[in-house]
Amino acid sequence: MTDVAKHMKSETVEQHEYDVVVIGAGGAGLRAAIEARLQGKRTAIISKSLFGKAHTVMAEGGCAAAMGNANPNDSWQVHYRDTMRGGKFLNNWRMAELHAKEAAERVWELETYGALFDRTKDGKISQRNFGGHTYPRLAHVGDRTGLEIIRTLQQKIVSLQQEDFRATGDYESYLRVFQECTITELFTTGSGPGAPEEQRRVAGCFGYFRDDGRFVRFDAPAIVLATGGVGKSYQVTSNSWEYTGDGHALALRAGATLINMEFLQFHPTGMVWPPSVKGILVTESVRGDGGVLRNSDGKRFMFDYIPDVFREQYATSEDEADRWYTDADNNRRPPELLPRDEVARAINSEVKAGRGSPHGGVFLDIASRKSPEEIQKRLPSMYHQFKELADVDITKEPMEVGPTCHYVMGGIEVDPDNGMSVVPGLFAAGECSGGMHGSNRLGGNSLSDLLVFGRRCGLGAAQYVDGLRARPAVAVDDVDAAVDRAMLPFSSATDGGENPFVVHLELQKTMHELVGIIRKADEMEMALKKLADIATRTRTVSVEGHREFNPGWHLALDLRNMLLVSLCVARAAVERQESRGGHTRDDFPAMDADWRHLLLVCSALGEDDVELVRREQVPMRADLFDLFELDELKKYYTGDELGEHRAGSSGQGNGA
Amino acid sequence: MGLAEVSTETGAGRAEIAARTLRTDRWWRLPLIQAVLLTVLLGYVVVRLFLRRDYFVAEYNYLTPLYSPCISTSCTPGSAHFGTIFGDLPVWIPLPIIVFPILLGFRGTCYYYRKAVYRSILQSPTACAVREPAARYSGESRFPFNLMNFHRYFFYLASLLLLINTYDAVLAFFPPGGFGFGLGSLILVANVVLLWGYTLSCHACRHIVGGKLKHFSRHPLRYAMWNRISGLNALHMQFAWASLVSVTLTDVYIMAVAAGWIADLRIVG
Amino acid sequence: MSSHWHHFRVWRGDADGGELVDYPVEVNEGEVVLDIIHRLQQTEAQDLAVRWNCKAGKCGSCSAEINGRPRLMCMTRMSTFADDEVVTVTPLRTFPVIRDLVTDVGFNYVKAREVPSFEPPPGLAPGEYRMQQVDVERSQEFRKCIECYLCQNTCHVVRDHEENKPAFAGPRYLMRVAELEMHPLDVADRRSDVQDDLGLGYCNITKCCTEVCPEHIKITDNALIPMKERVVDRRFDPLVWLGDKIFRRTGS
Repeated sequence: MTDVAKHMKSETVEQHEYDVVVIGAGGAGLRAAIEARLQGKRTAIISKSLFGKAHTVMAEGGCAAAMGNANPNDSWQVHYRDTMRGGKFLNNWRMAELHAKEAAERVWELETYGALFDRTKDGKISQRNFGGHTYPRLAHVGDRTGLEIIRTLQQKIVSLQQEDFRATGDYESYLRVFQECTITELFTTGSGPGAPEEQRRVAGCFGYFRDDGRFVRFDAPAIVLATGGVGKSYQVTSNSWEYTGDGHALALRAGATLINMEFLQFHPTGMVWPPSVKGILVTESVRGDGGVLRNSDGKRFMFDYIPDVFREQYATSEDEADRWYTDADNNRRPPELLPRDEVARAINSEVKAGRGSPHGGVFLDIASRKSPEEIQKRLPSMYHQFKELADVDITKEPMEVGPTCHYVMGGIEVDPDNGMSVVPGLFAAGECSGGMHGSNRLGGNSLSDLLVFGRRCGLGAAQYVDGLRARPAVAVDDVDAAVDRAMLPFSSATDGGENPFVVHLELQKTMHELVGIIRKADEMEMALKKLADIATRTRTVSVEGHREFNPGWHLALDLRNMLLVSLCVARAAVERQESRGGHTRDDFPAMDADWRHLLLVCSALGEDDVELVRREQVPMRADLFDLFELDELKKYYTGDELGEHRAGSSGQGNGA
Repeated sequence: MGLAEVSTETGAGRAEIAARTLRTDRWWRLPLIQAVLLTVLLGYVVVRLFLRRDYFVAEYNYLTPLYSPCISTSCTPGSAHFGTIFGDLPVWIPLPIIVFPILLGFRGTCYYYRKAVYRSILQSPTACAVREPAARYSGESRFPFNLMNFHRYFFYLASLLLLINTYDAVLAFFPPGGFGFGLGSLILVANVVLLWGYTLSCHACRHIVGGKLKHFSRHPLRYAMWNRISGLNALHMQFAWASLVSVTLTDVYIMAVAAGWIADLRIVG
Repeated sequence: MSSHWHHFRVWRGDADGGELVDYPVEVNEGEVVLDIIHRLQQTEAQDLAVRWNCKAGKCGSCSAEINGRPRLMCMTRMSTFADDEVVTVTPLRTFPVIRDLVTDVGFNYVKAREVPSFEPPPGLAPGEYRMQQVDVERSQEFRKCIECYLCQNTCHVVRDHEENKPAFAGPRYLMRVAELEMHPLDVADRRSDVQDDLGLGYCNITKCCTEVCPEHIKITDNALIPMKERVVDRRFDPLVWLGDKIFRRTGS
């Protein structure tokens, strides 16, 4: 709007100085901030939504940690093996090791903050079974574990603020939350043209407050990114509006790298109706408790989709499958319980073949399989979710479900031990970091990931600050450029730019249809062409009105992040010519050991282009490698790599 | 925004909406019904207190709960089951001078009746999200409403009274002529059952029995009792109304029999 | 999918003033009020301010008042209204308005800090915590709270009396005290704080907080009344009072 352009004065930018700035107030961000504060650092937490509303609250299942409360045979080694298997051995093994070793301590620590997990008979933390975990391992609180973790961390922060208040008379002297604040730019030193790469260090960041649109800059030598995932680039997702890949994009633009961006986890059963909740998860337990998938002909179609490699373990007739629920030892599993990617793919095919449900999913039927009392007892939250959100009584009617974009395994490439990216002073934890989960994440490993690496990043950031001789200064030019970029959508209006909502829908549609669950080279090439077009349009989107809580403006600025991230996803997905975990190629359906040791690394070329290079994975440390049996490793590793194994070198195994 | 900038000062910038409420349902209906019922029932009881007659049917041993125990020499012969503590009371002092304050105190400080009275009589608030008329409000933080905190002691006293009511109900099966009962006896029993339901489901009772404990696991018996009482507690409102109405109806019935308006329907004896 | 036109009235404005604005808007089968607000944003009211997050009743961001009743917009299905019923959406009345449907809920964060935090038993190491399920269940009910602040908004103590805000923490934080008091391992005693500093006495248990809770937490019966009874234990029980006087007891 020209009015706004006219009223643009020289912008005042609010300024704050901190030792550590944590961007993102989910589980990872809050845990990082707690650690930085415990290390005596003045810490700011920046939250895009209100404090305590982070997407972590949506996590239901639990937090995986090998505490051995339910089964004493559990140990970090078993957890480590499960995690590596789940990720198809593409994981950063050091991260998986640290995660498996430290998760239990992190969960116990939450109890000292006041968390109340469900208990075992002898008063310990109860642990539940979950897909891919050898033993019952998930600490949980009913089906609201994420909420418990967020609230616990939030309350720990309050208690630290109370301590600071007693010491200094100011609640916020060491730890302050800036809520409803979006960061749009990171500042580094040595970012100017011709400046040597090795001088690049984090100096601060820039953003705006969503409520009144005022600009703010934080000068800080260390920044922890904990911004979560990228699901909002997809049409159907279980992710909230915040998941626009901000951290991924900020890191890229600051010179950091992303890895594994081709790996996205699509959960097979999300709600497809009503529109307001499209994508919201329907827990796996529905199928575990006897729920079956049917197409519009009423057929249990999963029997048609059992891949050869799984033939041995899965039932081929309905009778046998039904017997499994009561006698698992003598019958094979129902095909509804195939791995997530298989089920998602099957649902996709049925819908494409015109045998879908009225709202574009398939039917998940538990009503005809269990008594209403049993359903309400075993699946109370699902009963409620459908009753209240969809007005569907799942004890009487089938649910409609379809795949939904759930989690991004890829993220910022970091040092496993301290979480620092290739840009000194820039750290990342949680979903926005990459490597830990390899090509596929196990359920329950996300909440523990947040805690383990949140803490490590907080610690790493504090130690990095201690090691600095001088604080890097923010360049005035960079601040001016950031203001200009943030105001661009208002001035673009004069040039007839597009409505950001329209461009966003186009981006989501492109990613959903062309770089979705099942990928083909030609479709992805088409996606890249479309993305190039969307890039141009993203630069010129325009918004009307003012800067006070203006959703159009917010979206216009988030859009470029989604675009950059989508480019990485699409480029990496084209490049990787195999199917593995969260990356399924129609044209390369098999997993290929020659691809396992290769990481695809993205870096930014300006605001809307990316560069992709291949990098060799660091080989697993020998003692960790030896935790696996050679027979298992053969499925994933090339012959050359196996020479390092204890059995490979001696010719025979030497222990369990 | 930073949390430090938040103010809790008065009058700070709320959305200007003049309407007392934007509710479109008949929110005034329930408080109105409650106000009418409470006024009528309380009015009846007060009138009855000063009436000093027709509260005892000597023939069948029916004593209305409103006058039990009757402990003055002014009481109708035979009605003073627990002896006479007071001598004659002047006519302007109701005979249930001990009973009534306890009953009023118990019900008046009851967590459910408090809600009903605050909403329907004191309009504080009349209904949720409907602006209350009073300009100032301090709730139960000051006199006189802080006296509501003595509910527990009224609970103890009312429980003693209820033991006496229970005894009265038993006596109603043993009229002077030996075992026998009529409709009045059954009404007295039903009334006592509802009164027990109301008394045991009381929030103070729930607290004392087990609610105050920090570790249920160390007190399995009290935990079991607390669970049962919590179940009853969910019905406290229903018990409150049912027992209030049943006390009134019991009294009406005994008055009608005592005054000879109707004859008791005898079942045995 | 069937659709029809519905008459919406949305409060537009800021701290300086505002008004109810009428919008005819298309409503499709299965939609909730938040969907309609989003449709307005994408069509005729691009700068309509609204706060939301999860759209599934789990985060407690999209609190507003719909036809005068405090609700989550994402959990209010359009099918609960008659086709010709006017749907009026206004911001939470108890908090300062920022713009349109967005209010400044900072009051709640200030109050959160006034509740003395969890105090674990001294000398108990992480991993050594033992609690029985029956002992954690009461506090777990309160920890279901999604902090939508609908109870804080509907409570007449502050809704109708701005001047009570400094003295009254509101149902959510009184419930937080109850949660900590019932925590099997917490060793602090907050009964004086809750009465003197957090204003438990202001509550007149009219239960609007319970009625409005989207998580169906029995705030009044399970948190506020038990807290009042615990205060009675300490403050209004003559025997305890006498004991305190004689033995100068501080905790219990």
